[in-house]
Amino acid sequence: MSAVIELRDGSLRYGTRVLWEHLELAVASGEFLAVLGPNGAGKTTLLKVLLGLAPLSGGQATVLGSAPRRGDHRIGYVPQQKAFDADLPLRGRDLVRFGLDGHRRGVPLANRAILAAVDDAIAAVGATGYADAPIGELSGGEQQRLRIAQALVGDPRILLCDEPLLSLDLAQQQAVSRLIDARSHERDTAVVFVTHDINPIIEHVDRVLYLVEGRWAIGPPGDVMTTEQLTALYRTPVDVVDVRGRIIVISSDDIGGAHDHGHHHLDVGLPSRRATRGPVRR
Amino acid sequence: MIGVDLYLSQPFAQHALIAGALVALTCGLIGPFVVTRGMAFAVHGTSELAFTGAAGGLVVADNPIAGALVGALLVAAVIGLLGVHERERDSAIGVILAFGLGLGVLLLSYYHGFATAATNILFGDIFGVSNDELLGLVAIGIAVTVVMIVIYRPLLFASVDPDVASARGVPVRLLGIVFLLTLAFTVTEAAQVVGTLLVLSLAITPAAAAQRLSPNPLVVTGLSVLFAMVACEGGLLASLVSTTVKPSVFVTSISFGIYVVARAVAPTLRHRRRPGVAPDATMV
Repeated sequence: MSAVIELRDGSLRYGTRVLWEHLELAVASGEFLAVLGPNGAGKTTLLKVLLGLAPLSGGQATVLGSAPRRGDHRIGYVPQQKAFDADLPLRGRDLVRFGLDGHRRGVPLANRAILAAVDDAIAAVGATGYADAPIGELSGGEQQRLRIAQALVGDPRILLCDEPLLSLDLAQQQAVSRLIDARSHERDTAVVFVTHDINPIIEHVDRVLYLVEGRWAIGPPGDVMTTEQLTALYRTPVDVVDVRGRIIVISSDDIGGAHDHGHHHLDVGLPSRRATRGPVRR
Repeated sequence: MIGVDLYLSQPFAQHALIAGALVALTCGLIGPFVVTRGMAFAVHGTSELAFTGAAGGLVVADNPIAGALVGALLVAAVIGLLGVHERERDSAIGVILAFGLGLGVLLLSYYHGFATAATNILFGDIFGVSNDELLGLVAIGIAVTVVMIVIYRPLLFASVDPDVASARGVPVRLLGIVFLLTLAFTVTEAAQVVGTLLVLSLAITPAAAAQRLSPNPLVVTGLSVLFAMVACEGGLLASLVSTTVKPSVFVTSISFGIYVVARAVAPTLRHRRRPGVAPDATMV
């Protein structure tokens, strides 16, 4: 198996705070890896490391055979969804084109090859109908589809997604994650998908990396998303319940509460993050 | 109208129109970025400090333009150092602006030359600048235009989508600083035509009007240059007709008129662009 992303004994610290350490990770071409964990667990920072935007505090990272570097065009990146201003003079088409030549000097004049590639990427995410409208007037789901087109227009070998489903409704969540999964299969693109809720993508996920307070676990969803494993990670009693294929994670403090999303309530009732840390497995 | 023909054959009027065209070009080019990056107040602050610099230049070396440029560059550097956070930046600009204006008034009280010098800094005096000064303005205008064309695409990327731009290898911070310096030069230029108090009428208003009319960044930039050109050259010509009124009055009026018209026709354009499509209809 040839890994496109590799982390050896990777650690990340901010001052004395450990986000994660001794992390061992290998992601293969065409693999769909979900990265889960509470807020502040270092999920986004992991993506930043792979993008060359943040250095590891220890250990070694390899992306497509070399150290991560900024501006590696073999990587596509879908950032956390931030709405654009309604009056921003920018079309979806312009946003997608940035993914191809936004870093180049000069003025973006019409170029047949580039326009064709942009059109294809827009069509592939089903955004042709609104690619010429001001991007700020589009819905969150429409904007997110265009973001995915932007990340995929350069035909990357790795796709890094940071909470791409945030603030989308259920139908949009499914549509967007299906798009990403289809791409991963068609072009053998490795996907690293940061999310706080595994349910919208559970049918696509090959493996889960779960980060909690410096500790981590990795494996198929069925192995990681268990009461034993998550209790060990969180160091507090946690129940993992399967409700008709939906995985609900409940901390003991939550029981009896009227929560509907299950998963992200975990970090609400948890003890202070200043507890002793160390990876669950070495 | 005979009067205008006569004036147009005069070098001073020709030079003013050339300088005005360059000012309009540079202002039109930077305007959309000023609007997109939310830097209208930074432009105002820079131009006010250009006034302080000009007053200083007048007192020290009898050279208000060089002084204005120093003042504008200085404040651009300070804004660059203050960094990214818009709210923090704006309050800091407000603080510097108020102090700078006070300092400018103090400096002017030491100036004992022509009494109109102060008004000319504040409200512009393009017909009064010398040949050498005009040459300097032309040089600045060409330099700013070249820089803006070179950094156009990555600057646009960095302005609307900084996170992805950074990941794609665009030097987001460096571009921000280059843009601030470009802004300082442009503001100094524009201040010669409309004065430091009215720079916004060329650096913001045409771009704000253009933005109402199209979502295509290149079209917006083109319209912004066109509107600035119409306002600037129109204002200069109008002031040749009625010589008692300063050109800046006409420039700001035409500029404002264009903006009002753009706002009025924008809803019609918008409707035509996306007829009857509900925001979420395409998702279902």
